[in-house]
Amino acid sequence: MIPALTAALGVAAWLGAAQQPQATLQWGGDAEGGAPFVEADPGDPSQVRGFDVEVAETIARSLGRRARFVQVQWSSIDQSVERGDFAIGLSGVEDTPARRARHAVTIPYFEFREVLAVRPDDRGRWSDLAALRGRRVATLGATMAYDILVAARDSLGLVAASYDDDVHPYSDLVAGRVDAVLLDHIIAARARRRLGSEGLVIEPRAVAVGHYVGVLAKADSALRDSVDVALRAAMRDGTLERIFRRWQVWDASQAALFRRIAGSGPAVAVDTAERRAAAVSAYLPSLGRAALVTAVLSVLSMAVAVVVGGVVASGRVYGPAPVRVLMTVYVELIRGTPLLLQLFVLYYGLSGVVRLPAFLAAVLGLGLNYGAYEAEIYRGALEAVSHTQLEAARTLGFSEAQILRLVRGPQALRYALAPMTNDFVALLKDSSLVSVLTVVELTKQTAIYATNIGTWIVPGMLCAVVYLAMSLPLARLGRRLERRWRTA
Amino acid sequence: MTALLSVDRLHLGYHGRDVLRGLTVEVRRGEVVALMGPSGAGKTSALRAVAALVRFDGGRIVVDGFALEPGPVPPESRLKPLRRRVGLVFQGHALFAHLTALENVALALRHVLERRREEADDTARRLLDSLDVGVRAAALPSQLSGGEAQRVAIARALAPDPPLLLMDEPTAALDPARRGALGRTLRRVAAADGGRGLWIATHDVEFARACADRVAILADGMVVEAGSATEVLDRPGHPATRALLAEAASP
Repeated sequence: MIPALTAALGVAAWLGAAQQPQATLQWGGDAEGGAPFVEADPGDPSQVRGFDVEVAETIARSLGRRARFVQVQWSSIDQSVERGDFAIGLSGVEDTPARRARHAVTIPYFEFREVLAVRPDDRGRWSDLAALRGRRVATLGATMAYDILVAARDSLGLVAASYDDDVHPYSDLVAGRVDAVLLDHIIAARARRRLGSEGLVIEPRAVAVGHYVGVLAKADSALRDSVDVALRAAMRDGTLERIFRRWQVWDASQAALFRRIAGSGPAVAVDTAERRAAAVSAYLPSLGRAALVTAVLSVLSMAVAVVVGGVVASGRVYGPAPVRVLMTVYVELIRGTPLLLQLFVLYYGLSGVVRLPAFLAAVLGLGLNYGAYEAEIYRGALEAVSHTQLEAARTLGFSEAQILRLVRGPQALRYALAPMTNDFVALLKDSSLVSVLTVVELTKQTAIYATNIGTWIVPGMLCAVVYLAMSLPLARLGRRLERRWRTA
Repeated sequence: MTALLSVDRLHLGYHGRDVLRGLTVEVRRGEVVALMGPSGAGKTSALRAVAALVRFDGGRIVVDGFALEPGPVPPESRLKPLRRRVGLVFQGHALFAHLTALENVALALRHVLERRREEADDTARRLLDSLDVGVRAAALPSQLSGGEAQRVAIARALAPDPPLLLMDEPTAALDPARRGALGRTLRRVAAADGGRGLWIATHDVEFARACADRVAILADGMVVEAGSATEVLDRPGHPATRALLAEAASP
């Protein structure tokens, strides 16, 4: 327990984006979004790069701070910034009225076009949404494109398909599962590079125009104003243009946007981004660190689950009626609702009351959830110990506590061992869900690389091997203990 | 000499059915008393009431000066004096499945009487030896034969040295040769250490004849006939006794 705790503290400190004294500007983004926004640097996967990374660094510099990246799931950027995980979210965050209403939003720093991607055979066939009546059109959920499609679904009768990532809409387009994909031109261009022009073509006409902005907590409008000043300066002195050119996303509409916003024409500077080969070996250290996070997280969560399970099971077996009812409600509530929902409530929902660090919230969330399952195992195991043994213990003068400790508990533990091992292995894998709380563990890290290098095959196999390397010894240990105790 | 165990007009009901309706029995030190009756007559309930494992509804139970009153079973903290006075050997032995024979016997010595480990183990080993199961000290209950498990259970019940030992159907799982040996063992237990009282619930007539000083016949929740083993079993006076003997005689 002590070494585990020390390790956990180490991990927490190392993860602990939270407590760095001023001099840093914490900014949140999703490296799973990949280039050119934010991606893990193939040369050093513990670092990120991309135009949003450089925009963040530019802002930080002009604020006299050092930029510090915080990984967050793209769809959670708004909640995360509001609860203070970082000061500003920059990761292809779109300017929408809803976002403006709920958060402090910077001036736009990039203009994108929502464009339609279609199969080459369909080139020119559906140049706008109206022509797509009755067809399936895919996009990434929670985006402006999705809102456009939902509106078009009602007015034009097309079928909107929402995806959790921006890779599968295009692969499904190539596979013929959808007829078009509506997303911004940067993502579309990336998909065309990945799949080739024989896979898909991009219709030149923009369906709509939108902007990327930085998002800050509603209460942070003062910082937002400073960021706006920094962005305007960067537009005027050519810094932003250099960044966008370096990432090959500069075009005339950016110049127009800058003129509109900052009132000046940009200077000229060109240099090309050099992509180093994304060697798998470069990712191994980060995968190793992520695996350590998964292992420590699982061990600590299981420790919490065992304690919670023990308390709840004792309450259900020994407690008076009100305690039994309370414990039953707890067990049924936890078992009856998704773990993902519980994690969200614990981390985002309660952030107004108690602001848990992400790692602690992850340990608590998993521990409290699995505690309910452990409780049921322990209760069953306690009740499986023969009643006459308990009576025999009473006639010998043992107190109830002694009976639990000396007679009932040890035997219940033997009954509980196999299902406990099972749960621990399940928890190891369920721990991947905590990536929604900005904790980067093994699966999240794998997803980041897979998206960055454009294939799941090698990262997926590596990830599976690491999980198996952790779960198989556990299963073996469980079986050994069972065998040793079977005689009893 | 006053009785070690005095059960006076004991009433006990389960789910609205009267099981015992005024059972009266006495057991003195050094004496083996058999409580006899067919299955379901309430023998086990009587034993369990004396061991304070079930509530009873009327009458009075006194064990060596400690009285139990009708009503719910008192909390264990109030029963400590009773626990030191009464040992119970369950029909199925109820040995602690995760502990060896020696540990089963030593457990109460260590944790209830708070003896040191070596002392508790010594006492336990002597008890197992005296009951001829010393060689099985390291065996787990699942590795013991029925006769061995029973002797370990007796040793465990005797470990805190209670003056009164209750036994529920001790011959149920024994072959005839073993029954004879058990009878001799129990006579020895009753005679040892200034005399112990043994109250044995059984429907085994041969065993009662060989082992018991006195016999009480239980029928309709009451003792219908009592006296010395030879008196009652050789010259049965009550139809219930005759029925019991007839059943024992038929194969």
